[in-house]
Amino acid sequence: MSYLEYMSEGLETDLARLPLDDLLMRKKSLRRRLASREGLQPVRIAVLGGSTTSEVVSLLDLWLLESGFSPTFHQCEYGRFYIDAVHDSQQLIDFAPQVIYIHTSVADIREFAPLQVTEAGFHECVAHEFARFAAIWAALAEKIGCMVIQNNFEFPPFAILGNQDATSRGGHTRFVAELNREFAVAAGKTPKLLIQDVCSISARIGLDRWFDQKRWFSYKIATTVEGSRALAISLNAMVGAIFGKTRKVLVLDLDNTLWGGVIGDDGPDKIQIGRETPLAEAYTAFQEYCLSLRDRGVLLAVCSKNNDEIARQGFEHPDSVLKMEHISCFKANWDPKHENIALIAKELNLGADSFVFVDDNPAERAIVRGQVGGIAVPDVGDDVANYAGVIEDGRYFEQASFSKEDLERAALYQENSSRAAFETQFADYGEYLDSLDMKAEIDRFQPVYIARIAQLTNKTNQFNLTTRRYTLAEMERIAADPEFIGIYGKLSDRFGEHGLISVALGHRKGNALHMDLWLMSCRVLKRGMEAAMLDAVAGAAGGAGISTIFGTYLPTAKNGMVAGFYREMGFSPHFPLPEGLPETATMWRLELTGYTGQNKHIKVTNNACSNPGRDSGEAATHI
Amino acid sequence: MPAPTQEEILEKLQPIFEEALDEPGLKVTLKSSAANTANWDSLTHIDIIESVERRFDVRFGLGELQDLKDVGDLVRLVIQKTK
Repeated sequence: MSYLEYMSEGLETDLARLPLDDLLMRKKSLRRRLASREGLQPVRIAVLGGSTTSEVVSLLDLWLLESGFSPTFHQCEYGRFYIDAVHDSQQLIDFAPQVIYIHTSVADIREFAPLQVTEAGFHECVAHEFARFAAIWAALAEKIGCMVIQNNFEFPPFAILGNQDATSRGGHTRFVAELNREFAVAAGKTPKLLIQDVCSISARIGLDRWFDQKRWFSYKIATTVEGSRALAISLNAMVGAIFGKTRKVLVLDLDNTLWGGVIGDDGPDKIQIGRETPLAEAYTAFQEYCLSLRDRGVLLAVCSKNNDEIARQGFEHPDSVLKMEHISCFKANWDPKHENIALIAKELNLGADSFVFVDDNPAERAIVRGQVGGIAVPDVGDDVANYAGVIEDGRYFEQASFSKEDLERAALYQENSSRAAFETQFADYGEYLDSLDMKAEIDRFQPVYIARIAQLTNKTNQFNLTTRRYTLAEMERIAADPEFIGIYGKLSDRFGEHGLISVALGHRKGNALHMDLWLMSCRVLKRGMEAAMLDAVAGAAGGAGISTIFGTYLPTAKNGMVAGFYREMGFSPHFPLPEGLPETATMWRLELTGYTGQNKHIKVTNNACSNPGRDSGEAATHI
Repeated sequence: MPAPTQEEILEKLQPIFEEALDEPGLKVTLKSSAANTANWDSLTHIDIIESVERRFDVRFGLGELQDLKDVGDLVRLVIQKTK
């Protein structure tokens, strides 16, 4: 979806989701929109550059605004990072920055070691170059005393000596590596100095995509647009860390997020986790990634649409890396996720704006993004192999080093406890459902779908009123029998196709229709598809001269979620139970006289069910 | 396919200028330039050039960028590059 479509749908301008082209072209209007929000925290940032800094500053500006800051920038004249810091500092002092960013690149290294130098001479050359930067940090500490962010260096665009560039004393690559090592040592010894690891950031993007000779010669910008954006994202995270805005909680979905498969349907022993298959290995690796975040202080929480008891069994799986003891807050139920996230925030006593939410389902991501102010919802997609990488790209858990954080944050800044309350997008759940732009195809059984319908009866366990299993042959026979009314539903929304996800099947007895089967895939739960299906069943039944629909609920260990389904759909309890049903079963009745459509949010097409006057002759066209 | 006319290219450039300069409804002409157009500073100029390169899938050369004087030059350069 393009940015314009986001705008026209009134959705939030999530910078991480904007294509680079849109970002470039629409900087000014984005800025206007982001800056118009209330409750932004002012921050004063000086940028001392060895090259043109306006591009990276314009992007950092946007990202900081999105993070809830209202930044004011001071930029030194082109290339004057050393002079302004060490000698001619009055403007900088007058600006009174809270953070200074020294933006330098490999082009700012003045003197590399000559090719014929001795080993001692090489280290002298590095020390000489290092001293220039150390002088900057010392001067800034003395004159201003704020946090300084200094980037280390990307490797040079050319390796003049080939592979030996990394090993020879005259190699620029080796020189950069050694200088970066010195920076790392200095960072441990210099209070208020943070190193931005441009060496790694540039490597992730790739040096050939990091630096563009044409931009360098034309504008003296030391990075591509892509590179500038990566710098801005990293800096935003660092500034957030300095001001204590680091995110603290990773909220995780379960099915197809922490393990493969649907535990309620497949069973705890059938989920994909462990080392047996590539997919299982990938889920294991993602669990290991989550655990490593926990080991460094990020809290893990679970928010899943599941039966609580069944969901917990996933963590008892022998191959599960994550155990229940690692989960600080666990919510598995059938309530909307944004409500559960509000509960998690309350229980952990943390703002939801310190949460990162990970879910493979784009519709769940959309509602959480829309309903929970300030939460980060990365577009992780639905391929577990990509989850960790996308979370990494967000730089959500950046921290200034622990001792420094304690020192600086406690002393200089007060935690902003009254978090800016960002507007939520949807007035209510119905509005959210409408925003999904759902379209359903609901119709009598069609030959092409019989195999899928039979398959669904065999794998659906949770939203399944009777859990009756059918073979393909049985289902084919039923589909051809005019005494049966079988309805299937396919659903799509603006995120894509869900395919055939619901089946309702009943047989006729006199003027009544007895439902043998009613099932739906849990991934489209609470979308209003249930109502659309009932409309179709009622339409088809009414058209066949049927006046009453009977529904049965046969409880199993897994289908507790639909115990109240028929009541919710307007059915009345029916007694007594016919012979042959277990005692725990319940039966329900719906009179069709005066039935009015219940579907409000889904556009239904190809719906032949509402055609009255259907007779057995017509059944042939529907099989 | 006949080469696009200057008017056609200018038409396609309009939304880029409107967005990059944040002036909805702005009408640029072949004579528009940084000198006679509001908000057209050096960074915006870079954003415009990058956006045009991406929109038309062309790469301008160093010398070509240096010689750009107004929108007309940019339009002619796009036509030449997309031939």
